[in-house]
Amino acid sequence: MSDLLKLGLAEAAELLAARKVSSAELTKAYIASIEKNEPRVGAYISTDARRALDMAIAVDRRLAAGETLSPLAGIPAGIKDNICTKGVATTCASKMLESYIPPYDAHVIERLFDAGFVMLGKLNMDEFAMGSTTENSAMKKTRNPLDLTRVPGGSSGGSAAAVAAYEAAYTLGSDTGGSIRQPAAFCGVVGMKPTYGTVSRYGLVAFASSLDQIGPLTHTVRDNALVLNAIAGHDKRDATSIDRVYGDFGAEIGKGVKGIVIGIPKEFFGEGISSDVKKAVLDAAARYEKMGATLMEVSMPAIDHALAAYYVISSAEASSNLARFDGVRYGYRTEEFADIAELYKKSRSEGFGAEVKRRIMLGTFALSSGYYDAYYKKALQVRALVRADYDRVLEQCDVILSPVAPTVAYKLGEKSQNPLEMYMGDAYSVPVNVAGIPALALPCGVGEGGMPVGLQLMGKPFSEALLYRVGAALEDDMGGKQA
Amino acid sequence: MTLYKGYEMVIGLEVHVELKTKTKIFCSCPTTFGAEPNTQCCPVCMGYPGTLPVLNKRVVEYAVKAGLATNCTIANYSKQDRKNYFYPDLPKAYRISQYDLPLCEHGWLDVETEEGSKRIGITRIHIEEDAGKLVHDEKHGTMIDCNRCGVPLIEIVSEPDIRSAEEAKAYLQKLRAIILYTGVSDCKMQEGSLRCDVNLSVRKAGETKFGIRTEMKNLNSFQFIVKAIEYEYKRQVDAIEAGEAIVQETRRFDPATGKTYTMRSKENANDYRYFPDPDLPPIELTDAAIKALGAEIPELPDVRKKAYMEKYGLTAYDGEVLTSDKAMADYFEAAAATTAHPKLAANLLISEFMRLIEGESFACPVSAAHLGELATLVGDDVINSSTAKKLIKDMFETDASPKALVAERGLAQINDEVLLGKLVAEAVAASPKSVADYKKGKLAAAKSIVGIVMGKTAGKGNPVIINRLLEAELAKY
Repeated sequence: MSDLLKLGLAEAAELLAARKVSSAELTKAYIASIEKNEPRVGAYISTDARRALDMAIAVDRRLAAGETLSPLAGIPAGIKDNICTKGVATTCASKMLESYIPPYDAHVIERLFDAGFVMLGKLNMDEFAMGSTTENSAMKKTRNPLDLTRVPGGSSGGSAAAVAAYEAAYTLGSDTGGSIRQPAAFCGVVGMKPTYGTVSRYGLVAFASSLDQIGPLTHTVRDNALVLNAIAGHDKRDATSIDRVYGDFGAEIGKGVKGIVIGIPKEFFGEGISSDVKKAVLDAAARYEKMGATLMEVSMPAIDHALAAYYVISSAEASSNLARFDGVRYGYRTEEFADIAELYKKSRSEGFGAEVKRRIMLGTFALSSGYYDAYYKKALQVRALVRADYDRVLEQCDVILSPVAPTVAYKLGEKSQNPLEMYMGDAYSVPVNVAGIPALALPCGVGEGGMPVGLQLMGKPFSEALLYRVGAALEDDMGGKQA
Repeated sequence: MTLYKGYEMVIGLEVHVELKTKTKIFCSCPTTFGAEPNTQCCPVCMGYPGTLPVLNKRVVEYAVKAGLATNCTIANYSKQDRKNYFYPDLPKAYRISQYDLPLCEHGWLDVETEEGSKRIGITRIHIEEDAGKLVHDEKHGTMIDCNRCGVPLIEIVSEPDIRSAEEAKAYLQKLRAIILYTGVSDCKMQEGSLRCDVNLSVRKAGETKFGIRTEMKNLNSFQFIVKAIEYEYKRQVDAIEAGEAIVQETRRFDPATGKTYTMRSKENANDYRYFPDPDLPPIELTDAAIKALGAEIPELPDVRKKAYMEKYGLTAYDGEVLTSDKAMADYFEAAAATTAHPKLAANLLISEFMRLIEGESFACPVSAAHLGELATLVGDDVINSSTAKKLIKDMFETDASPKALVAERGLAQINDEVLLGKLVAEAVAASPKSVADYKKGKLAAAKSIVGIVMGKTAGKGNPVIINRLLEAELAKY
């Protein structure tokens, strides 16, 4: 493997700024890595080496002209295929949007262009971000680079696998109910789900609007903060984007955890957790204690209901958000139809996969006249309780520690026939989205089959800098980059 | 009010008004009417994947003004909801509207009909986005024009307080007048910036329970609304009398036949699955902000109407007519300021000018000063009313000064009592039969004698003087 691939983002940025390495060289190294690894891993839905090199050369020119660019300038990235890229197909891994080319760039893409963007390609995912293994992609199969018989997790499976396989220096994913953190955990990389409203959703194809957030996947905590610096910030095109000035998210890294109070909620260690995961996570907690943090057992009773509320709310919103894919204006349209009703019915039946249809039906039902109060309204009430639980506990402690998922990465096909079991795997990651708070996933050891175990650090809204600080302390204590 | 077979009608109206903000409700596309299809749209209003709505603050301000002008309570906290249904003119497959927490509630407005004054309740006013337009063409089939997607609308829902087509019309005219005054819409029915759905049911007079209602959608002229109501009222009564049940359904009015037809029944109605739009934060308004918007509303028709009644002695009905269009009221006030006879100016405007003025909104080729001048000529007995009527025709053609026309054509009224006395005496002498009839008590017989005198003066004789002299002359017989 080329040494260039092993560079952290900060190191690469330094070399680029000093003109010791060019973006073109770096990009070529990643293109070579993609060529080598992609046949086994399958992280990308589309790549374009020519375009990536052109982008790299453009950044090199800007650097040569003496422009001061962001630390990300010229560092090649991969983008989840539900983030709109002008002129580049954005499929959401669905037959429905197989040929869809957005006429505009998402806000995060504009921000990366400002920073000096080099895009290697668009990454595989579960169709419309619905799933936890990337097996719901209508495009291709993605394998876990650490064990090719296992899934990379999902829905941002391509984003996690590409980082783990050195097929991108960093990637962007989206997290509606764990879709950044769980694949990060399965592939042994670092993923951040920022506070709702920190990163603009403009240009992210909506799954569940009140839960969706874009976030970075990287090899290290420090790298992750650098990427978040580039994409966070107010955008007036997203009415849920928070008008706030963010400092350097990495500013607190290196301050250690002395005096930090870490809450350990028993609800995240109960029934269903595998012993290897439990052990690795509690070992990490013990390390924190050794480093000077205080551990505190806490209880969050509403968490037990968060998963059910999540599936009602996210499916309800999805049923409305995905209604626009009707075969009329863009995307998949059925071949033959007698009238408009049949055009809708056939286009949607043929264009969507099974899981997407399942969620649309679930959500449509939950919003139906006569059922709204029992399902959607009830779910919103649970949501308020979950938030209240986090508010209360985060008054007592600085961060909350838990596993990202109850097990290590599943075997391919292991869960794909049992949606309910698959949903249960999201129980630890989902509450964070329901509450709108930030959470960082980072590797904390290994479990069954030598697979990485992911640790989840949750905090108050806008506590990303603290989460990075606490995460980096563990990373350093364990000897740096894990994967 | 006349009842058909002992049944009364119960009507509630839903009025959609397009707000004339410069840009659309959730993006910055222009709202201009009549542009080339699909030239005023962007990824946001066309609902492209990944796009998000951002509420145009002006829309809220305009809707609040409409609410305040119709005596509504304005919500300090309201929200926007998604109304989900599939239709090719709706690119997102949902319409952003307001469901359970509308911006304005509990309003009312007073209307004048020939039966007097009546208060009609307004249930709510909410904001929503308009859909696109389907254009049907034999060569290309159905095409979609997205220019109208996202044009801001307010929907004004009345209470079921209306009991006749006349009241419905009076309510709509009053509502239109008020909205025109506030300046938040141009309310052009022909361009679709004011559209009306009629909910109608019937019940035996005296019954307090409502009957089953039907809804007639998108009626786009006052005339059609009146016709549709009259037809549907009788249709429902006849159906009930024939032992048939009224079905809750949406009906279409066909102007060609003057009849209404079933469009879709309740069984086929959409379940809109309303839920709060997660892309849009709630709308919060402070009392101070609401008050500030209220201060921007100009004097409303009812205030002007009251002033006209007090200052000029106009009837409530005439006051209502004059203030029904801000331009007409402004015109009247300008004319009234130039004459000592404002009531005459009002009468001339309402009964003579209005017959010659066409079109939805008031525009008069005669300057206000010339209307005032005409009122002065009549009021000061310079001309009589039949001469005035003749002048109006010319005034509409050239906006000529009526005073100049009178001088130029020698149309001034003849007030010379000696001359008129002579003419009256001659006419009486020449009409023995009329005189005999008059003496037998047929007072109308005097009219033919007045006619003779008028003829002799070429219509210019002062009718008041002629009548007085004639009465004296006849007394001699």
